[in-house]
This record gives sequence, C-alpha cells and structure tokens, in this order.
Amino acid sequence: MLNYRLDKASTLFFLLVSLAVLTSGNLSATEDTHADVVDSTAVVESHDGHSNEGGSHNEHEAFNAGEMIMHHVTDAHDIHLMDVGGHPVSIPLPIILYSTDDGLSVFLSSAFHHGHAAKNRYIIDHGHIYRLGENNPFATSESLNADEALSMGYTQENWGGVFAGEPGAFIDLSLTKTAAGIVLTVIIMFIVFMSIAKAYTRNPNEAPKGIQSLMEPIILFVRDEIAKPSVGPRYEKFLPYLLTIFFFIWTANMLGLIPFIGGFNVTGNIAVTMVLALFTFVITNLSGNKYYWKHIFAPDIPKPLYILMIPIEVMGVFIKPIVLCARLFANITAGHIIILAFMSLIFIFANQYGTGAGFGVSIVSLAFAIFMNIMEILVAFLQAYVFTLLSALYFGAAVEEHAHH
Amino acid sequence: MEILTILLDLANAYMGAGIGAGVAAIGAGIGIGKIGGSALESMARQPEAIGDIRANMIVAAALVEGAAFFGIIVCLLIALK
Repeated sequence: MLNYRLDKASTLFFLLVSLAVLTSGNLSATEDTHADVVDSTAVVESHDGHSNEGGSHNEHEAFNAGEMIMHHVTDAHDIHLMDVGGHPVSIPLPIILYSTDDGLSVFLSSAFHHGHAAKNRYIIDHGHIYRLGENNPFATSESLNADEALSMGYTQENWGGVFAGEPGAFIDLSLTKTAAGIVLTVIIMFIVFMSIAKAYTRNPNEAPKGIQSLMEPIILFVRDEIAKPSVGPRYEKFLPYLLTIFFFIWTANMLGLIPFIGGFNVTGNIAVTMVLALFTFVITNLSGNKYYWKHIFAPDIPKPLYILMIPIEVMGVFIKPIVLCARLFANITAGHIIILAFMSLIFIFANQYGTGAGFGVSIVSLAFAIFMNIMEILVAFLQAYVFTLLSALYFGAAVEEHAHH
Repeated sequence: MEILTILLDLANAYMGAGIGAGVAAIGAGIGIGKIGGSALESMARQPEAIGDIRANMIVAAALVEGAAFFGIIVCLLIALK
C-alpha cells in the first residue's frame, strides 16, 4: 500500500468542515417536534384558512425527546427533510397498498398531505396507514381529522386477512424510507464497483487510478485479512458474498451518519439485519460438508455427553446468525440514539431552565456529539468488518477438511 | 402477596430497565477493560507486534460490546413499551 501524504492545512480544513457538517445536521433534527405541533397550517396545496384543526395541538408543546428520537430511528413513508415555517418539507415516496376490495393502489405519499387528506379511503396517522370504512365522510372531504375519522371505524394492515380474502383487509407494500435507503446504497455500490470493474477490464496491466486505487486496498484487505485466513483454501467461492456484505453494511452505516438528507437508518432496522444474517445462515448450511454436520450431530466426545452437546450445537446453528443480526442492529441504533440524545439535551435544558442554560449546555453537548459522530464512523467500519469476519469464520467451519486425530 | 404486587407494578419495570442498562454497561466496561489491559501489557512486552495486537483488540472489543448491546436494547424496549 502506498502512503499518501496530504498537505497538513488541507487535512485540517477537511476535518473541520466534516465535523461541522456532521453535527449541524443533528441540530435541524430537533426542530421537528416543535414545528410538527404548529402544523395546522402545514398543508401546502389545497387547504386555505385552516387555523385550528380540531384544537388537538397547542401552539407550543414541550419538547418530547423520546418522541423525536423514535421518529428519527424508525421507518417512515416519506423522507422528511426539515420543517420550514411550520410546513414539513419532505421527499415523497411511493405508497403501494393492496386490498382485497380494491386491488392494488399505487400513489406518492404526497397524496396524504402529511396526514391531512385521505386517498382511496386510506389515511396515514403517526406513520401507520389505516383504511376508513366505506361511508366515512372524511374519505372524500378536504379536511381530515385523523382521530375523528378513525373513531368511525377503520381497518389496519392485515396479512392474514388478505390471504384469506377477508373484505376490507389490506397489506402495505410501500417503498419506505429504509427501503429507499437500501436502494440508494445499492445504487452507490453499483456506480463505484462497476466503474472499478470497467477500469480493470480496460487496462488490466496498468497501475490503478482514481476510485480504483481507493477501493483496491480495501478489497485486498477483505480478501487477505478476512477471507483467506478465516475460510481457508476454498475462499474464492465465498469471496463475492463477503465483499458484497462488507461494502453494503459499511455504505449503509455511513449513509445513516449523513445529516440533512432525511436520516436513513438502514442497518438500524432489525428486518434488514435479519435478512443479512439469513443470507449467512443459508450459505453456511448449504455449503456444509459432512464434517460440519458430524461436528454438530456426532462429535468426537464420550457418548453420555451427547445429550448435552447436541442441543447446544443445534441451538448454536441458529443462535450464531441471530447474534450477528442483533449485534449490528444494536450497535447502529444505539449510536444514532446516543447522538440524538446528546442534541436533545440542549433543548431539554432550554425548556427547563431557560435559553441561557440551553446555550451553555450546547457547548458540552456539541463536543460530545462530535466525539460520538467520529466514534460512529469507526463503528460503521468495525461492524461491517466484524459481520464479514464472523460470516467468513462460519463458512470456514462449514467447509473445513478434517485431519482426523 | 405483597412482594408479588410490588413486582407486578409497572413502575418497577422502568426501574428494572434502568438498572439492567446500568449493569450491561458495567459488564461491557469490565470485559473491554480486561481486553485493553492485556493488550497493552502484551504491546509493552513486544513492541514489534503492536499493529497485530491493536487489530485483534478492536475485534474482541466489538464482540464484547455486542453482548452488552443486547442488554441495552432489551432495556430500551422495556422502557419504551
């Protein structure tokens, strides 16, 4: 590996700018709950003169840190960027719903007008989609009061009902924020790696340049430090999967740290990490040779110990991927929650003890949040490395050729 | 019966979640402290192996922290439900 020496001044400049960007994004995150509350005029297009929507919101609700954090860490049906003057600004995502009555409904989430309109009798309330009854007046009215509309009867997402053909049941297949994050990660990976592959095929014997020389040491690192020593001599079969999983997890983790784009939490979603762990589980057990299964069901130990070891080994087969899933999910989600909690401290102090206390705390809070963001960059890489390393170790155990004692 | 009613009180679930999170942090602290301690000792004994030791220390720390995070997530789920 070559050593690149950057000019000291430009390195410092880059670090300062990135720190400022990393932390400032979190500040805009906390304006959320405030502006959401003043949202009786938040509807942008067709609603004029809406001063008080059923009186269910105060002008200044106290800052609710738990709610703000949960809003940022959980999934959503659009990409909420910020609130401008009480109006939420967000990137709409496609809502895809299938119901037994009406079949497939596909429309953009902007049709819901942030919870102020119904579309095809569907409404969205606090992130959940509900279907109003047939004669519900709110289904066609211009103004929607979610609580009142729901009190007149509704159906919720019901997978069992749809498969059984129940009337009124529907399922939600929308492309949510997390899924959009996955698509974004995949697009980034495609762009980077297809250009690298093209560069290698076009100039096979030349020195690498550009993005190729950035990625090559990392790819070699995965091959030489993770795949070869952990899998053993048959590593080439598993190398594509290991590289993919490493870069996907790393890119998705880093995506979650970028501020101002809406806060993606891809790997912090347990469904996503569960699928990744499922891939490892399937590949391990499909490529297990007879020594692998022998170690689980007939290990070389005294027969009376079988009654203890076999259940443990069988549980281990399932527990190891579950642990992979939970480790990644917990690390990433905990990191996001900690950063958001530090920034919330500022607003909690400001609400409790006055703006002066808020300013004072903001210095300390900012310092900790900067430190946590830097730590999270390390964690992003580290968790990808640990997931890939453990997957490689499991593959190695599955294809191990056994030299019998 | 007194104890049962006390134990089933929801407020104590929150307290349990708080204590659990604290104990998980203690566990992580002890584990990573031991890893860091022995890593530093071996680096002092063999300065030429510092790079290898550092890499393995970080990996082991990540694994131990994973276990601590289990506890944290369970406590968080209790506190938020």
